[in-house]
Amino acid sequence: MTVPETLEFFIDPARCIGCQACVQGCAECDSHKGQSMIQLDYVDRAQSTQTVPVVCMHCDSPTCAEVCPADAIKRTEDGVVQTARKPRCIACNNCVLACPFGVPKMNTGMHLMMKCDLCYDRTSVGLKPMCASVCPSQALAFGTREEMARLRPRARPVNTFRFGMQTIRTRVNMMVPLDAPAEVVDVTAAMHEPTVGHDPMDDAFHAPEEVEP
Amino acid sequence: MIQSNSGGSRAADPEPVAPDGRPAEEQPRWRRDFPIDWAQDELVSRKDLVKFICLTSLAFVAGQVWIVAKSLSERSGAAILPGAAVATVDELPIGGAKTFTYPEGSTPRILVRTGPAAFVAYDQQCTHLLCPVVPAFEEGRLHCPCHNGWFDLASGRPLAGPPRRALPRVTLEVRGDVVYATGVEGPAA
Repeated sequence: MTVPETLEFFIDPARCIGCQACVQGCAECDSHKGQSMIQLDYVDRAQSTQTVPVVCMHCDSPTCAEVCPADAIKRTEDGVVQTARKPRCIACNNCVLACPFGVPKMNTGMHLMMKCDLCYDRTSVGLKPMCASVCPSQALAFGTREEMARLRPRARPVNTFRFGMQTIRTRVNMMVPLDAPAEVVDVTAAMHEPTVGHDPMDDAFHAPEEVEP
Repeated sequence: MIQSNSGGSRAADPEPVAPDGRPAEEQPRWRRDFPIDWAQDELVSRKDLVKFICLTSLAFVAGQVWIVAKSLSERSGAAILPGAAVATVDELPIGGAKTFTYPEGSTPRILVRTGPAAFVAYDQQCTHLLCPVVPAFEEGRLHCPCHNGWFDLASGRPLAGPPRRALPRVTLEVRGDVVYATGVEGPAA
């Protein structure tokens, strides 16, 4: 059972209303052991109500798997990058820190990296992922490319990203306005600036909160 | 981050492209040893492991049975070899010994005269580390000086020291004045 080639995942942040339905729905998926793997990022909470759901982009050459010293992260033939294999994962956090999209999360209790696996138990039998089935504004959508072109005539899917010297093609598409030019953001220059949204370091290390003296 | 448009659908079967963009043939060996694709990885399922353990155990059992059958078939009866004259009766005094080869080209055998018409013959190689054994006739034994091993002269069984297996015995027959070797008993036959 594999995810059909024609069915793709589309993220449209412009439609996201920040309702957290995807975050809650994600935890209901049978393959997620009751854990939610979607991070809802507030881009600049003081200035804007814009939110972005972060799901795994399922890269063709996954950086998380590239850096895994235990050979635990595998991609199935349909291009879905799976959660780390439990017998192999050594909970080293390499993938958490390496992923350019900040997707993998370390479950310290289970000693296991868990990430969005496109609800493999559902999508491999033709169902939509949990998040796409619950999203009221269809900011997270699962369907064919033709379907999206018909439903979103003013947006186009993008699945190639560049981080520094690394070009990444992904199975998951990001919807951008049709006439928007390619945007250059120097990620490496911004690495040491305060993070917007969530800090991947929070996914790796749960530092105890500072106590006021 | 540069976002570029990619027209059309994605490739049918995406080949993993290494971050440096070079083809798979130019990639280091570890990329083949630790593939990212599930299908290329050697994930061992529980069923495979149980199957492997069962089949390996079965092979061990079969091997043991084969070894037992082989040793049983070797133990039954001496090898049939053409007889050969190895000495004359008068050639040796009682307690005297000589070496010979039987069959032709074998390892040296030792012949000992134990009585007026009684002879015994064994393979001369000690069953411990193949040193030549020498007869100690007064004690009724064969002695291996290398590691102080002792064998019974009458039967060839190990008595003391490191050897644990009996010396292969050469069966003899005295006809008239001539001693004939007629066969070899034991594993070195």
